[in-house]
Formats: sequence, structure tokens, C-alpha cells
Amino acid sequence: MEEVQKKSKLSILTNGFIKENPVLVLVIGTCPTLATSTSVETGLGMGLAATAVLVCSNIVISALHKLIPDKVRIPCFITVIAGFVTIVQMLLQAFVPSLYSALGLYLPLIVVNCIILGRAEMFASKNTMGDSALDGLGMGLGFTLTLCVMGSIREILGSGTWLAGDWFGLAPGFKGIPILSNFIPGMSIMTMVPGGFFVFACVMAAVHHLTRDKSKIRKDFGCSACAMESSCSPERKALESGACAVDEKTMEAMKIAKAAEEKSVAAKAAAASAPVSEKEEK
Amino acid sequence: MSFTKMILIIISMVLVNNYPLAQFLGICPFLGVSKDLDSAKGMGIAVTLVMGLASIVTFPIQQLLLSCGIEYMQTVVFILVIAALVQFIEMFMKKNMPALYTSLGIYLPLITTNCAVLGVCISNTEDYTVAAVGSFGAAYVYAILQGFGGGLGFWFAMMIMAGVRTKLQDQSAIPKAFQGVPIILTTAAILSLAFMGFSGMI
Repeated sequence: MEEVQKKSKLSILTNGFIKENPVLVLVIGTCPTLATSTSVETGLGMGLAATAVLVCSNIVISALHKLIPDKVRIPCFITVIAGFVTIVQMLLQAFVPSLYSALGLYLPLIVVNCIILGRAEMFASKNTMGDSALDGLGMGLGFTLTLCVMGSIREILGSGTWLAGDWFGLAPGFKGIPILSNFIPGMSIMTMVPGGFFVFACVMAAVHHLTRDKSKIRKDFGCSACAMESSCSPERKALESGACAVDEKTMEAMKIAKAAEEKSVAAKAAAASAPVSEKEEK
Repeated sequence: MSFTKMILIIISMVLVNNYPLAQFLGICPFLGVSKDLDSAKGMGIAVTLVMGLASIVTFPIQQLLLSCGIEYMQTVVFILVIAALVQFIEMFMKKNMPALYTSLGIYLPLITTNCAVLGVCISNTEDYTVAAVGSFGAAYVYAILQGFGGGLGFWFAMMIMAGVRTKLQDQSAIPKAFQGVPIILTTAAILSLAFMGFSGMI
């Protein structure tokens, strides 16, 4: 993530929208994404709550990172984040009780949302307060945007209407705009668990398709985007080092290497001819 | 405290309310570490251990917070206790059980940020309050069972997922856009569809 440091303010802000979208490209913070995207209202509420925590924790952590000893920085970051989560939790409980009960367990679980700890570790502890605030805002809005898109798809397919809900007390009992409900009955599976996984898969595949060749798509999980990367034990890193491929070329090279290795195990004579046969395939 | 209820809690946590497949908790390690059966097993056992121990430790702490009237500190206290607990387990394993450490210990640092662990601790305090269950002892036993049951359910889902993924890797023609994470999510969708069949059991 070192290359981020020299970029302009605008690109720090817009980085989180598509190019480094925390959910769709970096694949972190998947639990709240799947759980709270059942409708646009809960998705937007979750996104904004997480954004508020992310901006505040990024500012505080970038201000404090020189004071915090390196060895205990993860517990310190978690404490700062947990403090802000508690504040948001209490504010929502007091002023927007309907959203507080809709988000339920997932509100305190913002603490362990990898997006927030990940940005603290990857960005806020290396950059100035202003840049960290912008990064937090951009990443948070990217998260909110993803939740709203997924919430829209799941709500329209699941119940046939769009934007239904109380809207934090502003429009109590709003039935939503009918999109599909005049034509077909709602597919309630979409608002349930399998629908969440499936819509997430499709949205991610669409982003892969649209941003092909333009950004680094993670073909697989690895250590590179994990929040715990620097505190992780070296044994585990060695185990996972094969999975840290971020671009296509490395993946291809790995595939070829793996194929060659398998062949060499199968028969020594075949191993000698393996590179030749692969060149022919290309 | 009834024995039937204890069995029901375990069945509910493993099959009906399976954490990754029915409640969206612990999705990150469920997708990330289910690459092969060995690492799925290691992660599953480590998560079961930590979730059980975290339930044992955090439930009395919640009673302490309640008696002091500072239950709003729950999130902060719980996450710090879990982080410290994971650290202690890791240090203990490294010193006393080096063989176990090399197979399980490497997954431990990842578990602090596993939302299933904090999730089970918080839902324990909501599901089994002393006032609702009757006595502290019974509530405590239910909470511990829910912790271990949740871990077992996670382990079970991990093993199924890892089994499917080892078959997925080399024998299938996956559309280009779906390669990598999307196909894993689609697999998880089908698995969770299958787990919905358990929903009428309890």
C-alpha cells in the first residue's frame, strides 16, 4: 500500500469507491455486507454507522500513531475503534431506535469489521490526519455504496418494491416504490441467507468484469489485505505465501509452476518435457 | 437446567443456526481459510477452542458489568478480553505444546478479528440472561454450550466448504468473471440453501 502515499487528495477519497472498494475488491468486511444488505434502509444505516466509526478512528489513530509502541498497536487500535463503536451504538439507541433494533448484533460487531482495523493498519498509521480522514470517508462511502447496491437488488427481487422502510423515522410506514410487485410475486429467498451470498457473488463478478485489466483484482484470498498481516506469525505467512497472488501474471506463473511440479512428481521423464508441452499449448 | 435444552442448543448451533451459513458470522475465515481440508481443520479446531473459552470468560464478566451498572462498556471490555485471551492461549501453546502450536497456533492471531467470537459472546448475554433462565448456573452452562456449539458448527461448515473447494480447483470450467471469490460465494449460497432445510427442526 506504499504507493498510495504520493497521491492527490481527490484520488485518496475516490480510491475506495471502485478501484479499492473494500468489499468488492479487497474482500474484507463481508459479514456485515451480507447480513445488513437485506434492504436499502438497513444497508444505508449500517454503511453510515461504519463510515462514522471509520472516519473518527482513522483521525485518532493517525494522530496517535507516533505515541503508540509498535508491539501493542493492534490492541490500542481495537480499543480506539471499540470506543467509537460504543458512542455510535448509544447515539443510535437514543435517536434512531428502529435502526438500532434492525442492525441488532451487527452494530457492536463493527468493532471486528476488518475494513476499520485494516485501514487503521494500512493507511492511518502511515499518513497524516487529513489524508486519513479522507481515506476513511472514501472507504466508508465505498462500503455504503456497495451495501446500497446489494440492498436494492435484494429488496427489488425479494419483495418487488424499492426503498421501503421507516427511513429513520422520517417517513414512517413508507411502502416503497413498486418495481416488480405489479408483475411477479417477490422471491423471498433473495432477502434470506442464500440470496445474500448469491447477490454478493454476482455483484463481485460484475465488478471483476467491468474493471478487468484496469485494477488489481484479488483472484484469491491471501495475507496482503488482511488486517492482522503484520502481527501474523511467520509460519502462517509461509503457509499462505502461495495465496498472496494479486495479479493475473503471478497466478499464471504459479499455475504453470504447479503443473510442472505435479508432472515431475508423477514421472521424472515427463518432467523434462513439461515446459515444452505448456509452450505448445500457449 | 434441562438436559433436553442442552442437546437442543448444540443441534441448533451446529445445524439450524450455523454461524457462517445461516447467520453471516465468521464469513472472512470461512471463505479465506477453506482452501484445503488441513487448514480448514486447524482453523475449525482453533475457533471452537477460542469461542468456548471466550464464552466461559465473558459471561461472568457481563454479570460484573451489570452489577456495576456499566453494561454500555460491554463491547470495549469483551473485545479486549478476547484479544488478551487469544494472546494467552498462543503463548501457553507455544511454551507447553509446541507440536499443537505448529498445527493450530498459526491460526490464532486471525481469530481476534473473527466476528463469530465476539458475536457469540454478545448473543450469549442477550439469549441467556440470569433473570430469564432462573439461575446463574443454568444460564452459564447454556452460554458455554452455545459457545462450543457455535464453534463446532463453524468447523463443520468449514470442512464441507473445504471439501467442495478441493474439487472445484482443477476440474471445472468457471466463467472468467466468476473465477476466484465469486465462485466461492456461489458455492456458499448453495450450501446455505441446503442448510435452510434444517430450519424447521427446532
